[in-house]
Amino acid sequence: MQNILAFEKAGQIIEKYGYNQAKLIPILQEIQNEYRYLPEELMVYVATMLGTTSSHVYGVASFYSHFTLKLKGKYVVRICDGTACHVKKSMHLLDAVRKHLKLEEGQNTTPDMLFTVETVACLGTCGRAPAMTVNGEVFGLLTDEKAVAVIQDIQKKEQANHE
Amino acid sequence: MKTNQIVTVDNKQVPIEGERNLLELIRKAGVEIPTFCYHSEMSIYAACRLCMVDVEGMGMVASCSTTPTPGMVVKTSTPEIRETRKMILELLLASHQGDCQTCRKGDDCKLLALANRLGVRDVRFKRKGRNLPLDLSSPSIARDPNKCILCGDCVRICSEIQGVGAIGFAHRGAHSIVTPCFERDIATVECIDCGQCTKVCPTGALTIKSDTTEVFTAIQSKDKYVVAAIAPAVRVAIGEEFGLETGANAVGKMVATLKMMGFDAVYDVSYSADLTIFEEGTELLGRVTEGENLPMFTSCCPGWVKFMEQYYSDYANNLSTCKSPQQMLGSLVKETLPDVVKKDRKDIVFVSIMPCTAKKFEAKRDEFRVADSPDVDYVITTHELALLIRERGIMFNEMEPEAFDMPYGFNTGGGVIFGNSGGVSEAAIRFAGEKLTGKKTDDYIIREVRGEEGIREVEYDFSGTKLKMAVVSGLGNARKVMDNIKAGTSQYDFVEIMACPSGCINGGGQPVSADRLARQKRTEALYRTDKMLQLHKSQDNPYINDLYTNFLGKPGSHKAHELLHTHYHARSRIKSDRIETPAETDKLPVSICFGTGCFIRGSQKLLSQLTSFISANGLEDKVSLDATFCFEKCDQGPVVRIGDETITHCTRVKAIEALTEKLNLHANA
Amino acid sequence: MSEAVNLLKRAETYKENVKDIKKRIVVCAGTGCIAGGALKVIDKFEEVIKAKGLNVAMTINKHEDGYQVSGSGCQGFCQMGPVLTILPENIMYCKVTPEDVEEILEKTILGDTLIDRLVYTHKPDQKSYPKKAEMPFYRKQSPVVLKKCGSIDPTDINEYIALGGYAQALRCTTMTAEEICSFMMDSGLKGRGGAGFPTGRKWDLTRQSVSDKKYIICNGDEGDPGAFMDSAVMEGNPHSIIEGMMIAAMAIGADEGYVYVRTEYPLAVKRIRAAVKAAQEAGILGDKMLGTDRAFNLTVMEGAGAFVCGEETALIASVEGKRGMPTPKPPFPAQKGLFGKPTSINNVETLSTVPVIFEMGADEYKKLGTAAAPGTKTFALTGHVLNTGLIEVPFGETLRTIVYNIAGGVTEENGDISPEGLKAVQIGGPSGGCLTQEHLDMPLDYQNLKAIGAMVGSGGMVVMNHKTCMVEIARYFMEFTQNESCGKCVVCREGTKQMLDILTDITQGRATMEQLALLEELALVVQKVSLCGLGKSAPNPVLSTLKYFRDEYVEHIVNKRCPTGQCKALRSYSIDAEKCIGCGACVRKCPTGAITGEKKQPHMIDAAKCIKCGACMDACKFGAVLA
Repeated sequence: MQNILAFEKAGQIIEKYGYNQAKLIPILQEIQNEYRYLPEELMVYVATMLGTTSSHVYGVASFYSHFTLKLKGKYVVRICDGTACHVKKSMHLLDAVRKHLKLEEGQNTTPDMLFTVETVACLGTCGRAPAMTVNGEVFGLLTDEKAVAVIQDIQKKEQANHE
Repeated sequence: MKTNQIVTVDNKQVPIEGERNLLELIRKAGVEIPTFCYHSEMSIYAACRLCMVDVEGMGMVASCSTTPTPGMVVKTSTPEIRETRKMILELLLASHQGDCQTCRKGDDCKLLALANRLGVRDVRFKRKGRNLPLDLSSPSIARDPNKCILCGDCVRICSEIQGVGAIGFAHRGAHSIVTPCFERDIATVECIDCGQCTKVCPTGALTIKSDTTEVFTAIQSKDKYVVAAIAPAVRVAIGEEFGLETGANAVGKMVATLKMMGFDAVYDVSYSADLTIFEEGTELLGRVTEGENLPMFTSCCPGWVKFMEQYYSDYANNLSTCKSPQQMLGSLVKETLPDVVKKDRKDIVFVSIMPCTAKKFEAKRDEFRVADSPDVDYVITTHELALLIRERGIMFNEMEPEAFDMPYGFNTGGGVIFGNSGGVSEAAIRFAGEKLTGKKTDDYIIREVRGEEGIREVEYDFSGTKLKMAVVSGLGNARKVMDNIKAGTSQYDFVEIMACPSGCINGGGQPVSADRLARQKRTEALYRTDKMLQLHKSQDNPYINDLYTNFLGKPGSHKAHELLHTHYHARSRIKSDRIETPAETDKLPVSICFGTGCFIRGSQKLLSQLTSFISANGLEDKVSLDATFCFEKCDQGPVVRIGDETITHCTRVKAIEALTEKLNLHANA
Repeated sequence: MSEAVNLLKRAETYKENVKDIKKRIVVCAGTGCIAGGALKVIDKFEEVIKAKGLNVAMTINKHEDGYQVSGSGCQGFCQMGPVLTILPENIMYCKVTPEDVEEILEKTILGDTLIDRLVYTHKPDQKSYPKKAEMPFYRKQSPVVLKKCGSIDPTDINEYIALGGYAQALRCTTMTAEEICSFMMDSGLKGRGGAGFPTGRKWDLTRQSVSDKKYIICNGDEGDPGAFMDSAVMEGNPHSIIEGMMIAAMAIGADEGYVYVRTEYPLAVKRIRAAVKAAQEAGILGDKMLGTDRAFNLTVMEGAGAFVCGEETALIASVEGKRGMPTPKPPFPAQKGLFGKPTSINNVETLSTVPVIFEMGADEYKKLGTAAAPGTKTFALTGHVLNTGLIEVPFGETLRTIVYNIAGGVTEENGDISPEGLKAVQIGGPSGGCLTQEHLDMPLDYQNLKAIGAMVGSGGMVVMNHKTCMVEIARYFMEFTQNESCGKCVVCREGTKQMLDILTDITQGRATMEQLALLEELALVVQKVSLCGLGKSAPNPVLSTLKYFRDEYVEHIVNKRCPTGQCKALRSYSIDAEKCIGCGACVRKCPTGAITGEKKQPHMIDAAKCIKCGACMDACKFGAVLA
């Protein structure tokens, strides 16, 4: 049932924006909010409904960092690498978190689809650098240990849910 | 000359005469500004930054995006500009992958030419390509993304001029690429194979898919009888590849060259163009009399046919059922020649020489073969022919002209003007006019269909029968006309549509000319050829009349239909590679098409209805409901597949009936 | 005018409702402090006040006589967050946790005493500063844009109105477009987004374009890493932006506007959307703006993660549903902008300042700042300083005051005051340049900064101490710019890639002096020839650091040495025999077996085998590995 409902919801979103090509970005944002990524079929669908080409939609979706064409983990960890955080060694945090999650080179998502680890240019929390977000929740004034602790808390919670 | 509307270019006074930008004005002054991304017919992109010039008071500006204003003082070369241009080229070369010596683009590469022209002697940056995979999936176009310099010319010609948009930019920054959507192979997306992209691409990123090796093999194999067939537009362009003036008609030299290369017979596609007029003209008159399936659209352009199948498949019945001249000739030759030359059909190789890349796609269509023997084996473009000739070492200019072989080498002027936009229509009017009025005339020139605009409308009155026609070239224009027809704001009886702007003389396979008047000159050359021929009207072609008398019967006969006519089908734009996996093997798979055609006809409503039905009857564990694109039956939507049965014009009732039957719902199971 | 009565009525009602409130606790609820737990503090206040049987007002809907607890936008003192301010005394408490709340209520709110541990103690002079206005951080600031930012409740439109909000917009409905433009031109306000173009003139040019439709756009795509000023204004005083846009719309003749906010600022998006809705419900926005016959409608659009969309024409492309690629200027947006119509795009801070200028009057406003650059500028002050945060100073203020006075001085990594002082201050983010000790007393304004190859930029100011490698900083900024380049024009796309490559080579000890020369040559080409501001300013950090720290570059290249020891690849690792106890922890970690030594004896690193990975340093618990 999953797939068919995706089209229905996408159709509603497109209708809400009046089938207006200029609204492509908010449309894709809402679809992504719903499905956590942009499946190819939905992009073709959007293109057809808006009277534009699939290339155009793909071109827009791949241009903006916010859009993801691959499914991400349940928890998206974004470590800020803005100047203030960088200067306060945010990249050490990244290494520590990646190491803890045993992520290999080029791999950003854990095999169990729980965590995706990314860097982001600037969260605007510069006063509390170095910072990271997990699914939007901001954690500031971090150290390697504190960052890993945040991840560990989540892992514990997830394990508890499974039992 | 208004003395106050002057721009000074390199100390020369140049008047402003409505030029679009400084670049055009500087060209007028006699200086060729280097540029990759500027084309006069397309939108201004301003990305290559090569066209920078120095304007007093403004510093360095991009001349393509600067409007000339009176009093400007321009220098097209300063030490800074020179260094900048070299630097830009160094940057491009640093990420350009591949060896010039073995590159498909060969001598035509603009990047190489510009590097030479600007005197680039060193690339001081580390050279690092991206190792992207080649895409050789299309029969017409070869893609090598590693050669791409991201000028965007192909993107703009495909979307702005051709109205297709099969390729576009993706990703960002140094990761940018030009690609079909989702980085698919180009053959799986909506490309209609017109090849205009290969003509504007300055490097070897987009080139014509070559069939020269296969052709060589054929002509050099002893047991094959190889036939060449030359299209009208080729003869007025091939000479340009060998230094002849633009539009010179080199048909005699071509025939001689082909024979020397080893072709067993050389035929003229203008012959079958005449044949097309017989069939299509008769078809048109029939429809006009019945008042059915109008407007009638021409079907000789395979790019247009694919375009129509993808975007306007509702009008599939309006296309003429006639095959294109290429396919008609291939079909005819393969049918008649075995008896004449005493060879099996499979040993006859038909090579058509075309100005067109889409013809390569056309030749491979499933409808155009008998069992697994295609009517047309290979298509090579004008450009590829030139490469073949050069490889063979034949000195084209020295060849003494020779004539086509008969019977498929005789044509009237009507057949030869097929090569330019308006030609088919003119030939059709020459035919239909006489039939409708019942009078023979010596007049044959019909000026009204001639011209340079991409959309021309013409109205004729033949003794009371009025025919309203449109002559269209460039698919962007085709879209406009089709949308008008759909909306009801335009009505026509006959519409000629050529995918390439100005028609086949500007096809994807034609040489890229530096002469900005190339299209006009080649068109003029075809009209001149028409004039020089003894016969101008297709219906006067004696060989074709013989063909009907001795073989086909009459236009539209059963035999004619078998050999010379075809049918069309809707096409999905993006090939879905969803495998029809029965996800849970014991569930009945139900797929509803969500393509535009079906959507417009109510597939979404059908979905809700079916969803309710399924949940109301507790069938969730028996049925797996899925959405899909596209069953390519767009004019019969909504289309639903239940199990292995495809239901067209599906309604709630029909779907439930099928579900009930397949699940044995009413049986006491 | 019915709307005037309505605004007045709302203001009066609000004032009536709050006049009997005993004390107000304003907890900073900007993104930074929320990350520190500010929302929990707010909840706790509500809980403990209720528990005491006292009246607590979390929102103002009726007459209140108890204690008001509200969340404000960023109060600026981010280093010390979560912060709160107690009114009317203006006492500020720092690093407040929910565990402190009960005590605060008892002692400072109901009682009269201060809680020492929550009061700010200034390290350099060891003094305590309970009152906000006296704190070194705040004393030298001139809040104009940020005035209401850290005090009002951004979710309460009535508070904004009670403080004079929307009155200026109402006043402008009686002025002509020329008059409004003229007023702005007179004020000398320059665009605060970075380019510094005179706002009044931009509006006037747009006003002069003839068209049936015009647009006003607020550029909230603040993407500079290290900048969060616009974020604070959007979070803390969203109505000021709306009011500024209304005035702009009247100045240029627009009936429609967009607020383009980065999607990475979820709180800003939320607050702006809520503010627009509240303004619509109050009849301030809509088809009958402020009760007049004019229409003005606002749409909030979220960016999708592209720094380049902060550039005007790229932003426009984004609103049009396209890839965010800039287009050549001219034509300028004032002539041909969104959907081909005349458009004025203004920065958040600029728009937020507009109603204030109308309120103050141009003359009063021009008293702040310098003649060429009137007014104030917000800065996001971060890096190696005692107190990082959000500040606002008049143009003409010096770096010395900002770094040593307001921020409290330059620090080492561990937070101690650094005796070396500042090495450099990066101003303007990845498009900007650096200032050094020699500029400490230079008055900061557009002209002066431009003259030395830097720029005011949007307001990011990062202070760097002596342990910062300037080459690495240049490389870091180039990496950012490279990543955000849209890829359209050759020089930016390929040029920044090659520049980054060379800079990386330098930081890894692989570069030659020829490459340095090439870097400079390329930098100038990219600066001159790029299509848009992103490319044009991308080389600035490189050129600026080369100007002042050339010897650092040369040291990296010729001697393969990083003077500050920051560049990992250039460290030469050795073991301090005095500290090494021979435990062998490093030997186990070394991937190339470069460390040898007897058990319990000082070990040695073979430089020839060492790949400078630093694993030994991480492993050593005795600090015996030196680099």
